Amino acid sequence: MYLAPALVVLAGLLVYPVYQLGLISFLEYTQAQVSGGEPTTFQGFGNYATLFADGQFWQVLLTTVLFAAACVVSTLAVGCALAVLLTRVRAVPRLALMLAALGAWATPAITGSTVWMFLFDPDFGPVNKVFGLGDFSWTYGRYSAFALVLLEVVWCSFPFVMVTVYAGIKAVPAEVLEAAALDGASQWRMWRSVLAPMLRPILTVVTVQSVIWDFKVFTQIYVMTGGGGIAGQNLVLNVYAYQKAFASSQYSLGSAIGVVMLLILLAVTLVYLRLLRRQGEEL
Amino acid sequence: MKLPASARMTASVAALVLAGLTATACAPGTSDSSSTTDEKSGTLRVWLFQEVNNAPKQKVVDAAVDAFEKAHAGTKVTVEYIPVETRAEKMKAAFNDPKSAPDVVEYGNTDTAGYVHDGGLADITEEFGAWAEAKDTDPTAKEGVTVDGKVYGAPFFVGVRALYYRTDIFKELGLDVPKTQAELAATAKKIHKAKPDLYGMAVGGTSTYAAMPFVWANGGELAVEKGGAYESAIDSAASQKGIKAYTSLFGDDNCPAAKCAAMTGNDVVTAFASGKAAMAIGGDFNHEAVEAGKVKGKYAVVPLPGVKAGEIAPAFAGGNNLGVLKSTSHRTLAVEFMEQLAGKESQEKLFDAMGFLPTYTDVRNTVAQKEPFVEPFIKTLDAGTKFVPASPAWAQIDASLVLPNMFQEVITGRKDVAAASGDAAKKMDDAFGSVG
Repeated sequence: MYLAPALVVLAGLLVYPVYQLGLISFLEYTQAQVSGGEPTTFQGFGNYATLFADGQFWQVLLTTVLFAAACVVSTLAVGCALAVLLTRVRAVPRLALMLAALGAWATPAITGSTVWMFLFDPDFGPVNKVFGLGDFSWTYGRYSAFALVLLEVVWCSFPFVMVTVYAGIKAVPAEVLEAAALDGASQWRMWRSVLAPMLRPILTVVTVQSVIWDFKVFTQIYVMTGGGGIAGQNLVLNVYAYQKAFASSQYSLGSAIGVVMLLILLAVTLVYLRLLRRQGEEL
Repeated sequence: MKLPASARMTASVAALVLAGLTATACAPGTSDSSSTTDEKSGTLRVWLFQEVNNAPKQKVVDAAVDAFEKAHAGTKVTVEYIPVETRAEKMKAAFNDPKSAPDVVEYGNTDTAGYVHDGGLADITEEFGAWAEAKDTDPTAKEGVTVDGKVYGAPFFVGVRALYYRTDIFKELGLDVPKTQAELAATAKKIHKAKPDLYGMAVGGTSTYAAMPFVWANGGELAVEKGGAYESAIDSAASQKGIKAYTSLFGDDNCPAAKCAAMTGNDVVTAFASGKAAMAIGGDFNHEAVEAGKVKGKYAVVPLPGVKAGEIAPAFAGGNNLGVLKSTSHRTLAVEFMEQLAGKESQEKLFDAMGFLPTYTDVRNTVAQKEPFVEPFIKTLDAGTKFVPASPAWAQIDASLVLPNMFQEVITGRKDVAAASGDAAKKMDDAFGSVG
């Protein structure tokens, strides 16, 4: 009974939207149906069939998976490296690094992306001036555009990893690290054999979080590549869904993409948790 | 958390009940947008587009509102100016929620078929036919309010594009104004060679309406109507020739692809206005922006040449309409106000204030004598203009960026013209097919 208020909130905020998403994905539901120009009809798996028959969907899905994977790996690498660094430096540089990271963290994605675009502008951007790249356009090539977005995504999401992992390291008893140091373990060895295993639950959380965030990346792509890049070369699933659902008012097709994304993320998370449990870890 | 069995039971029952409630109560909404009442007094709500410099437009509209309110006692007109960028969201919201929707709206003529399909606009064929001034409406402007032979609004103004060029640079390099599209490309490259920091002719990869005249001039089409249904023709041999002509302007010898592939129509005009380009395709509606730029007094405008000397490339007939929403509860008043604001007097005033070209042929001729700058645009209009397919699928094709993507694929060299136009044609046909 004590759970009831929580359940009501959960049902209202989570179950109901997901239910609507699922329902719409089985209907023919475009602007004409919303505003009453045509009746709403049940389509069964029609929207999904359309989606799976669309070559572009598979291409975008593959791109999204690869891009998200690159983002997660980079974010974790940068975040963990800086967390270890934080434990090694004195108070003042530590404070400076913390503040810089918090600044990046607090910056809204749209502001960050806009500033990033200015920094890398082919005509006026300081980056091209400093590196002597002339008027190289970062958003013209497919990979350079993705690289640019990746940098921005890592920049705005590494602080979460860093702060969480730093807190985790701080909670590791000093004796353990001292013992490892006495045994002559190198920095890398200490991370791999002592810290990482002890931090596993924390690393799990930040990995799952990062996977979910980076798979759903929208703002950065939308702002930095102008809604999907030249000839749609930088489309990711979320921007693609936006194009379908809102730009061209095919709400049902957009919902179907949403459901597919939801299932993929659920599957990833479940598999990950399952693997952990098999290794005898409790989250 | 440990709970007694009974509490756990209650919780799960509560959850189930909740789930059941939500499941039965809420299928996605469909609004009933048709109205049965027709009140003869009250408040008329009007949505017009917010222009970059809105004050002169507002003055013209205020005058029309005053006249209307005087003629109709007990009627009040409130005008709201909505930003062009968010018009799609606003219009969708208006269709979805008739209670907060306006009675009269301004809308782009490429949106007509889509809005009609959505069931948002009222059919005013009868009123339009009975309206004396409407007889002088030019045929392409009328095409922009017509779907399946029925009229869904009154043309408000037309917009058409032509070729802006820098008179000082042409004189300095001893160049003639190009008379054919082949000459146009050659001239652009000559200028870029002589002045490498200038685009010979600024072109944009996403500027579809500046690109289409090249396709049309070569005899190509976006789509052809066959027995009431549209079929894409963008991959026909003639269309491909036009696509090739336009995309050949992108390159290091004129407008480098790395910069120009992502440019929009506005970027192109901005480049010309700031003196970065010797030629550009711009509309009559861009005149103010160019006048306000660095090139004031150093440019002229001619119709975009066609394939052969003496020909004018068919331009895209853009423009806006005024329409009445199906959900209005003041239908008669709304139509009368629409006729007032889209009438000859208001359109002439609007031209004086904003430079928007009138949709009536006779009014257009009057204003051309007052303002010589509109002459090349009127010549372009008189030479015959083209319009997008009047199919509800067009909104979807437009929103999924089929044409900009096609041009960009060719410009970046990712696909050749045949492959890119073939893919675009397939996507267009899918869209035409899905709306029946």
